[in-house]
Order: sequence, then structure tokens, then C-alpha cells
Amino acid sequence: MEESLNFIGENMEMIYFLILAILLGVEVISNVPAILHTPLMSGANAIHGVVVVGAIIVMLHAAPDNYPSLIVGFLAVVMGTLNVVGGFVVTDRMLEMFKKKPKKS
Amino acid sequence: MSINILEIIYLIASLTFVIGLKMLSHPESARKGNLIAAVGMLIAVIATISIYQPFDNSKLINYGLIALGLLVGTIIGTMMAKKVQMTAMPQMVSFFNGMGGACAALIAIIEFQNHEVGTGSSFDGEFLVMLLGLIIGSVSFSGSMIAYGKLEGKIKDKVLPMNQLINMIMLFTIVALTVYQMLGYGDSTIFYVLLVVALVYGVLFVMPIGGADMPVVISLLNSFTGVAAAFGGFLYGNKAMLTGGILVGSAGTILTILMCKAMNRSLTNVLLGAFGGTKASGAKGEVGEQTAKEISISDTAVLLSYSQNVVIVPGYGLAVAQAQHICHELEQLLEEKGVTVNYAIHPVAGRMPGHMNVLLAEADVPYERMQEMEEINPRMANTDVVVVIGANDVVNPAAKKDPSSPIYGMPILEVDQAKNVIILKRGMSAGYAGIENELFFYPKTRMLFGDAKDSLQKLTAEVKEV
Repeated sequence: MEESLNFIGENMEMIYFLILAILLGVEVISNVPAILHTPLMSGANAIHGVVVVGAIIVMLHAAPDNYPSLIVGFLAVVMGTLNVVGGFVVTDRMLEMFKKKPKKS
Repeated sequence: MSINILEIIYLIASLTFVIGLKMLSHPESARKGNLIAAVGMLIAVIATISIYQPFDNSKLINYGLIALGLLVGTIIGTMMAKKVQMTAMPQMVSFFNGMGGACAALIAIIEFQNHEVGTGSSFDGEFLVMLLGLIIGSVSFSGSMIAYGKLEGKIKDKVLPMNQLINMIMLFTIVALTVYQMLGYGDSTIFYVLLVVALVYGVLFVMPIGGADMPVVISLLNSFTGVAAAFGGFLYGNKAMLTGGILVGSAGTILTILMCKAMNRSLTNVLLGAFGGTKASGAKGEVGEQTAKEISISDTAVLLSYSQNVVIVPGYGLAVAQAQHICHELEQLLEEKGVTVNYAIHPVAGRMPGHMNVLLAEADVPYERMQEMEEINPRMANTDVVVVIGANDVVNPAAKKDPSSPIYGMPILEVDQAKNVIILKRGMSAGYAGIENELFFYPKTRMLFGDAKDSLQKLTAEVKEV
């Protein structure tokens, strides 16, 4: 019990951060017109690709002769990059179609 | 010093995610928002590589592999994203989402190798974060892949006997194993068992859910991956990962709920696979007893040309036939003849909310023509002709009348209020929810069979003649 309390205490800053970020996410998205649901989902999908940063950190930590870690890490980097790049490009393609806007009412 | 610079860069990256997401929720700024978030991501990645750890010659292989991984991912990702058809967008999103989930799970696996497991007497928060990242990442990965396969048509809907019970047991197993691990038995065999159970759970979780509900599932899995990424951020105290992950986690959850609301169903209802379960049991008995009335191309052309108000209801069939351009052409032609044409967009038309908007925007249909369900329903009674193109469940009156129908309670476009209804369809097959549509047999309904694009082309040519 006390250890878990300690863990919470030590990470209080992170927990604040977490809660505020959750509220921010809710706030940012709550007034979205249905027209943008798909691009928004796709854009959010690209943003969680930030996990690739974690994969890079893993690779930087790994000992150069720790091949299992290097191989798995490499896969993680490839997949994370796929998520980021694919996500942003797909979203851009969707939004590209909204580009030409004839007469605004 | 340089570590501070890295922190500042992460702060900037986090800000671009927030601003990007915010801008993505407005039509005018959406594209720029996406770009801003992408730039933030790029600087976060570059900064991590160049600042996180001082360059070390002995780790040349690590840097090489990172660069190679980024290159391979970028090339494949760009190619896939550029080549994908507009109709296949939802499964593409699902696929990329799965990649993110897998990435999070792999990170947890490597970190577990390097982790000194607690002795049993102390609470190991880091280990918990790792386990949660592993579980959620794995579920998200396997679930997304199944969703991808289903939408691609490679995997058929299948409900195992007692699927829900099995799912509950698996979920319980996951929780039990996690607790067991946390009590200090950080056993590596159990760790991999957990990985396998989580992967299987992801499969079984998505398997029984009907195709019509897939958008909701993808959105939910999207927020799962966000949470998994956030756990990774927690592990490294990395604020960019934390913001990005949590932001998507909460935004994704809200989006999921919005989608459920649009279908007037609760999330539990969707997840328990109400569509999947009742799939074959729709009102099959009525087929054959009633006959739908057909209409010719030329009659349709005349009817449309002499109407005042026409509403077009696009559905997945329009997307499949790639008929959005010809549809826009027909709309313009009718407008020239003084007919008011609007599009009625059901919130869940197509395979994803907003799918139809994206598709019609591709064909340069102006925003103001695309009307949401709440706007257009009150005006249905004043509509002369409703043209339903490849949509089915979203106009099925059973949603209002038949409590035994699986889609009962879902708000629909009330096209049965209009004076005439013309339905463009390939054949008499049921919609995605697998149920019969009595609208087809209404006296005011006429069927125009054929490929949507082909029919619309002929129709456009005919309207020109009128």
C-alpha cells in the first residue's frame, strides 16, 4: 500500500499532466462537425504514432551486441514510422479534397 | 544543457499535437492542422535521435538500424497511403493504428528484458506501466488487424459459440495474470503468456462485431493505441509521448461515444455485437412475397427534371462504384434546370462517419449542399424525389417501426416521408446489417437496378435530353 502511494507521490507531476491532457483531449474534440469525423480519427491515429519516439529511445539504450533487442527495436521503429507517416499522408489525402471551396455561404 | 533543449522540443511537439488536433476539427483549418502536427512529430523524432543520448561510436549499428527503420517505414507508409482507394480509407486507418499498437507492445517486450523485477515486497510501478503497455498495445494490434481484414472482406464475420463468455474469461485471465505479475512473480513465461492472451483477446474482441459497427471499433482501438503510447511515455518520462498518447486516448474515446450516439446505441451494445449476433435472423420470410417496382432510366430522368426539390442519399454503394463525380455532375445539371438538390448525409453512412463527406468533397460538391440528418429530416416531406444511391440500412423504416429489428432505435433519414423514392441498387440484396428493407416495397418507391456509376451516367445523359 505504502509503496503504491509512494509511486503516486513520486509521479504526481505526471499524474497532473495526465489528467489535464485527458480534459484537453475531450475539450478539443467535443465540437466537431460530423463531416470531419473520419479525417479527425485518422489525424489522431497519426498523432499516437509518437510512440515511435519510444522505439527510438529503446534502440538508443540497447547494447550494440544485444541482437534480440536490436531486431525487435528495429521492427518497432518500422511499425511506429508506418503509423506516423501513413497516418499523416492518409489524413492529408482526405483533407486535400476539401481544398477547393467554391462560394462560401 | 542539451537535455533541456530536448525537453523544450518535446514541449513544442506536444503543443503542435494539441493545436493540430484543434485545427483538425474545423473544415477550413483541418489540412494545416494535420501538417502542423506532422511537423511537430518530425522535430520530436529528429531531436530524440540527435539529443537523447550523446553520439557514441560503439553504437553505430544502433543509429544505422534506426535510420533504416525510419526509411523503410516512411517508404512503405507513403506508398500505402498514396495508393489506397478512397473507399478503402477506413481499413487503412485501422491498419496504421495496428502498427502503432504493435510498436507500443514491442517496446514493452524489450523493456521487460532489461527490467529488474521487484522482489515481491515492493510495488513496482514501472513494471505495471510496462505490462499495461504490452496488453493494450497487443489488443489494439490484433484487433485492428481483424478490423482491417473484415473491411477488406478477407475475414468473414464469425461468432464463436459463447463468444461473450469466452471474452469475459479471457479478460479475467488478463487481469489475474497482471495482478499475479505485480505481486512480484515477474515471471518471464507468464509475461509471454500474457502477450499471447492479449493478442487472442484482441481477435475475439473484434471478431463477433458486425461490419456496420466497425467504425466504432476502429475509433475505440485508436484510443487504445493512444493509451498504450501514453504508457510508453510514462515509462520514459517522455512528455511528447504522454501528451500525444493521452490526447488521442481521450479524444478517441469521445469520438467513439459520438459515433455510438449517432446510431442511438450504447457502446456496450455495440461491443456485445448486437448486429453480428442477429445477422441472419432478419425478416427473411418476406422476400419473394412482395415485389419491388422498377423504374426506367428515362422515367427517372423526367421525374427528376420536373421536380423542385431533390435529395440525394449517398451510401457505401456510391463509394464502391466510385460514382461521386458523376453524381455531382447530375446534381449540377439538375441545378441548371432549376431543381434544388441537396445531399442527406447520415452520420454513419458508408463505413465511417464522415466517409461520404470526404467522398463528395473529392468530387467538389460544396459543403452547404451536404446536410446532416437533423437538418434534412424535417424537410423530407417537402421533397419531391429522394434518390438513394447505394445506401440501405440508414433509410430502413424498420429502425423506427420494428422493435425486433437489430437496427431498431437507430435514427434514420426519413426518406419515406418524401413524395417519391428512387433507389439505385445492384440487386435486392440486404444491407450491411443483413436485414430486409421494407422501404423497397412501398408504393412510392421505385428501384433502378444496376451499378451506381453506370446508372448515373445513363441518367445524366438522359437528363441532358429532357
